[in-house]
Amino acid sequence: MTTAIETSGLSKRYGNLTALDGVNLRVERGEMFGLIGPDGAGKSTLYRILATLASPDTGTAEVCGLDTVRDSRRLRTLIGYMPERFSLYQDLTVEENLRFFATLFGVSVRENYDLIAPIFGQLERFTNRKAGALSGGMKQKLALSCALIHRPEILLLDEPTTGVDAVSRAEFWEMLAGLRRQSITILVSTSYMDEATLCGRIAMMDRGHILALDTPQRLVENLGENLYEASASDMFGLLTRLRAMPGVTDCYTFGATLHVVAGQGFDPARAASALGSYGLGDIRIAPAKGTIEDLFIKLTRDGQQ
Amino acid sequence: MAIFTSLVRKEALHIVRDRRTMTITLLMPLVLLLLFGFAISTEVNDVSICAVADTHTDGTRAIFEHMRVNSCFTFQGLASPAEAERMLRSGRTDAILFLKTDAGNTSAQIMVDASNTATAKAVTGYVQGVLAEGLQEGPVITRILYNPEMKSAYNFVPGILGMIFILICAIMTSVSIVREKETGTMDLLLVSPARPSTVILGKLVPYFLLSCIILAAMLATSYTLLGIPFSANILSVISISLLYILLSLSIGLLVSTFADTQLTALIVSTVMFMLPVIMLSGMIFPIDNMPAPLRWLSCAIPARWYIEAMRRLMIQRLDITCVLRETAILAAMTAALLVLSVKKLKSAK
Repeated sequence: MTTAIETSGLSKRYGNLTALDGVNLRVERGEMFGLIGPDGAGKSTLYRILATLASPDTGTAEVCGLDTVRDSRRLRTLIGYMPERFSLYQDLTVEENLRFFATLFGVSVRENYDLIAPIFGQLERFTNRKAGALSGGMKQKLALSCALIHRPEILLLDEPTTGVDAVSRAEFWEMLAGLRRQSITILVSTSYMDEATLCGRIAMMDRGHILALDTPQRLVENLGENLYEASASDMFGLLTRLRAMPGVTDCYTFGATLHVVAGQGFDPARAASALGSYGLGDIRIAPAKGTIEDLFIKLTRDGQQ
Repeated sequence: MAIFTSLVRKEALHIVRDRRTMTITLLMPLVLLLLFGFAISTEVNDVSICAVADTHTDGTRAIFEHMRVNSCFTFQGLASPAEAERMLRSGRTDAILFLKTDAGNTSAQIMVDASNTATAKAVTGYVQGVLAEGLQEGPVITRILYNPEMKSAYNFVPGILGMIFILICAIMTSVSIVREKETGTMDLLLVSPARPSTVILGKLVPYFLLSCIILAAMLATSYTLLGIPFSANILSVISISLLYILLSLSIGLLVSTFADTQLTALIVSTVMFMLPVIMLSGMIFPIDNMPAPLRWLSCAIPARWYIEAMRRLMIQRLDITCVLRETAILAAMTAALLVLSVKKLKSAK
């Protein structure tokens, strides 16, 4: 049994809204698997089905070889689920929260403390503080500790780094790497594209579909687009001019610069001089390396056409 | 079992940690009881009255004597017609009694300040009573049963009980369940190996216990401070109250199954359950005086049956056999609500 998660033809509708549309996904044991996509892509719905909180309209989902609908009760002890918001009891202390979730799963904090020690250790000074009074990063650590206290085989993390400062985000990914060494399978979703590269494999989701699924490196390699980085003194003017220019497939902001997807007949030198004649100053156009974000923009663009 | 106790412990912590709500829920019932019992009363005491008489006879003297000794009146003495009217208009007196004696027969007229209709009605009643005693030969003997002093506290105790349990059980339970839905912790409880029924029971039991404490405090106050006569049927009072608590809990559970936010839960339980209890249960406005449609509507309100049963048991001090109909209705309502909310819970997935 090497498959941790397997779904086939998974669909779920909420009224008129199609949250999931025929999702096929296979996650191997011990993998760190990332789900990338914007809000409303269906990531949370997928999590809810895998966590046995919702049942699919059509299709099946198996986690650890157990059906999420038929074997939901047996499955629940094997998964650790951390929902989108850090769902903790704000009026209970750090220790009371941890102890409560331990009893709920029929384990004691002591027997599994070794697993959460690297995470919970940072909270030990605050054990008597109310969870509501913790910072975002500390809440996240407590929520992760609570999700891990029963030593699950699979960890389902739904946007665990949303609303957390950059330092805590980096720390969090280090902790996940540590958990992976303990051979816990991790399914993590994020809308931060830079975090995607930290996963073993990723699936890109949009509007209930999986658009692409591979290792981050291979996905970027197969981007197959002619990318340029452009900047000028007037960035907005540059954007509108470039978008109107023949030979430009797409142009969008990327950090402090613009990314230009070049089609046929695009010559950076000629484009720069053309832009200069419109009165734009300080124009720089240079070849760029594609990233996960570029891929994502390409995939959603292809999907719309 | 360990899961269940830890759920109850957690819920108890929620209740205790929320100091403000906790204080309100424990103090409000007692404050309400004492307020309605002592301060707010629908009885009219201390009516000032003056009299105008053209001639003095034994009959009129007897009437004035009755007024003077009656504790309900402050008899302000005789006045001239003009003087009396000035007093009434300026509010220094509540009523004037005009007595006219013609050929030995005394006829009377009462003039009342009806800016407060409740007072006016009561005053007219009192004066007529006194006149009846003073004028006629054969007095009417009135015997007031169950509540000889006509204390309004007696009337309010069952009403307040009926209201408080809806407040604590229905509103607090539904809000606390919906809060867990809102914060997402309900999802965590549902992905745990704990059965949904255990989760729900873990929610209901602490509020049930809290209600029991309040019931004990309210009954103790009623039987001591408010002086409701103690009787052996207290066991029936307690058991029907427990049934009513259970009913209120099922209301809370039902509300929580379709409300998504704490605010909705609060509004739904207040508008759909709390207000009808106050307006339609007969707590303040007698059901017999309502127009027919409202009277029918009141049949659907659990508090109506509970209050009726409590009046019979506590005030009339009757046996439980006299409230079998009410008990049966309450039990049927509880069963229906429980079945409905369990069904709704199961289909929610």
